[in-house]
Amino acid sequence: MTEVPAIELKGVSKHFGSVIALRDIDIKVHPGEVHCLLGDNGAGKSTLIKILSGVHRPTHGQILVDGVPVSFRSPRDAAEYGVATVFQDLGMIPLMSISRNFFLGREPLKGIFPFTRFDKEKANTVSRQAMADIGIDIRDPTQAVGTLSGGERQSVAIARAIHFGAKVLILDEPTSALGVHQAAMVLKFVIEARLRGLAVIFISHNIHHAYPVGDVFTLLNRGRRAGTFRKSEITRDEVVAIMSGGEDLKAVEAEIDALLASIHQNEAARPSA
Amino acid sequence: MTAMEREAGSAEGDHAAGRFGIAAKRRGAHDERIAEAGWLTRLLRRPEAGAAGGLIAALVIFAFLPGAKALYSLQGSMTFLTLSAELGIIATAAALLIIAGEFDLSVGSMIGFAGVVIGLTVRELGFPLWGGVLSAFAVAIVVGWFNGLIVVKTRLPSFIVTLASLFILRGLSIGITRTVTGRTQIPYILDGVPDPWTAEIFNGHILGGLFRWMGSQGWIDTRSDGLPFVPGIPMSIVWCIGVAIVAGWILTNTRFGNWIYASGGDADVARNVGVPVARVKILLFIGTACAATLLACIQVMEAGSADTLRGTLKEFEAIIAAVIGGVLLTGGYGTVIGAVLGALIFGFVQMGIFYTGIDTDWFKVFLGAMILIAVLVNNYIRAKALGERTAG
Repeated sequence: MTEVPAIELKGVSKHFGSVIALRDIDIKVHPGEVHCLLGDNGAGKSTLIKILSGVHRPTHGQILVDGVPVSFRSPRDAAEYGVATVFQDLGMIPLMSISRNFFLGREPLKGIFPFTRFDKEKANTVSRQAMADIGIDIRDPTQAVGTLSGGERQSVAIARAIHFGAKVLILDEPTSALGVHQAAMVLKFVIEARLRGLAVIFISHNIHHAYPVGDVFTLLNRGRRAGTFRKSEITRDEVVAIMSGGEDLKAVEAEIDALLASIHQNEAARPSA
Repeated sequence: MTAMEREAGSAEGDHAAGRFGIAAKRRGAHDERIAEAGWLTRLLRRPEAGAAGGLIAALVIFAFLPGAKALYSLQGSMTFLTLSAELGIIATAAALLIIAGEFDLSVGSMIGFAGVVIGLTVRELGFPLWGGVLSAFAVAIVVGWFNGLIVVKTRLPSFIVTLASLFILRGLSIGITRTVTGRTQIPYILDGVPDPWTAEIFNGHILGGLFRWMGSQGWIDTRSDGLPFVPGIPMSIVWCIGVAIVAGWILTNTRFGNWIYASGGDADVARNVGVPVARVKILLFIGTACAATLLACIQVMEAGSADTLRGTLKEFEAIIAAVIGGVLLTGGYGTVIGAVLGALIFGFVQMGIFYTGIDTDWFKVFLGAMILIAVLVNNYIRAKALGERTAG
């Protein structure tokens, strides 16, 4: 591809003291593309997402947004550059209403000082509309977010990111805590976001959720990039094999087989009562 | 084709569902599994529902006890309303701070300290009353800012930080007063000040004409000289209403109010979306210190003196009133109306026990039971608000 990537990491590393959490990561994500970051626990997914979203700053390397080097001071700062992150813990406050959550930190105001106030009517109508735009109808924008299901909360967070003009949408394990139906609903919003021309970074350790929606897959293993593949270049099984470090899994399987065999033997040896 | 699918077909954003063959489970305006919340349920879901019920229950119960006539008379009502109003001022500020996720245990000591500042600046430095009042508020701003700054910078629990302030301020009040005057009280503050009208702002009455007129009409009780026993509505009630209206408006209608809820709901989430959590909390600490100072002004003008022990235990009364009013101790949830209702219950029952001749020792038992009930009710209401399925 010749067009400028919406977001690009060049040689990014992150050290925590003597621990090297990430080493030399290069990633390019283009508009209208879903880029899946896959890896087992400890592969460096969380660290990478925190760098992309502005929580951490890289020890080495560069982040480029639309080809321009940037440095994020905070998630809010990253959002100003159009890089919006939907965090795993959802980034929502359960006891507050949907519309208050939706506009938190970006409240629409009306009235003249000192009577400037939070425009609740506008917040309600806009949040309801923004949700409807991506295909969810909320019953009541004033209901507490805590009353929503996990999938609905994810969708509020995604709708919020899209509404505030995100060019890059980062989703941190958006489906991991969800049931089948809800996960499908969230995946639908991922595709919806891609069709709107957003660059989507989808972090997951669940290949069955990532593979159907992904265009490009970057595999992480122990803080390193274990390869980047377009969907046409790799099958689901190959991804699983690389993710888990192939042989590791075979070793585990062999161990389990041995264990089962010994249990079986013991049972056979025991005289039946 | 089921009704749900038809509904889905007519809903907005249907193209996506068509393309991917996925219909969201909760598409459409109506989910048949959700029962419509009636107005009664909605009313009961309000954070202050428990307090409103409690106040009505108290009003009814005390009406059947001996001495109720005096309690419900104009004089009796004004007495408990004044008591409630004084508590309501600090309870309102405490409620905002608790909603933002922090405590201020130094409120009571701040009342004493502010009184000492007024007393010493007026008596010893010859300030006019208004100068003393302004000095006290200036000190309050510094104290509140300091409390808030330590809490947000160290991330220590505000409980511990303000517990320290509680002792430091009380110790300073007694220490400074004794060093300067040799006593622990500062009497005769109002004598010979150039601006007695300043005292009227905190200790006067409004609608005096109306009450005199009602007295002359024989509608309310009058003394032998024809003036009514209750000369008007005390300024403490006016201040309480004013503070509650401003605080309530800020909490529910402004951006800052949204930030207060967010800071207490989840400070990390709030920070991530750009809410200046530290600033919100520091401002609210300044708020509680200033509310304590306002109460100190009212008490000093009323008594004409400052006492270094004044305000002792008021911090707990403020927190109790807020909690009885449905403010969640863990932050993120509550209303100003609730805190005011909590203060009303507090003042009413305290006076009610006094008027009905019940041994006042029992007030503490009532208070303890009230806190426990309030916390249990709050937990239940919060679970209802969140629609938690497990909490029943």
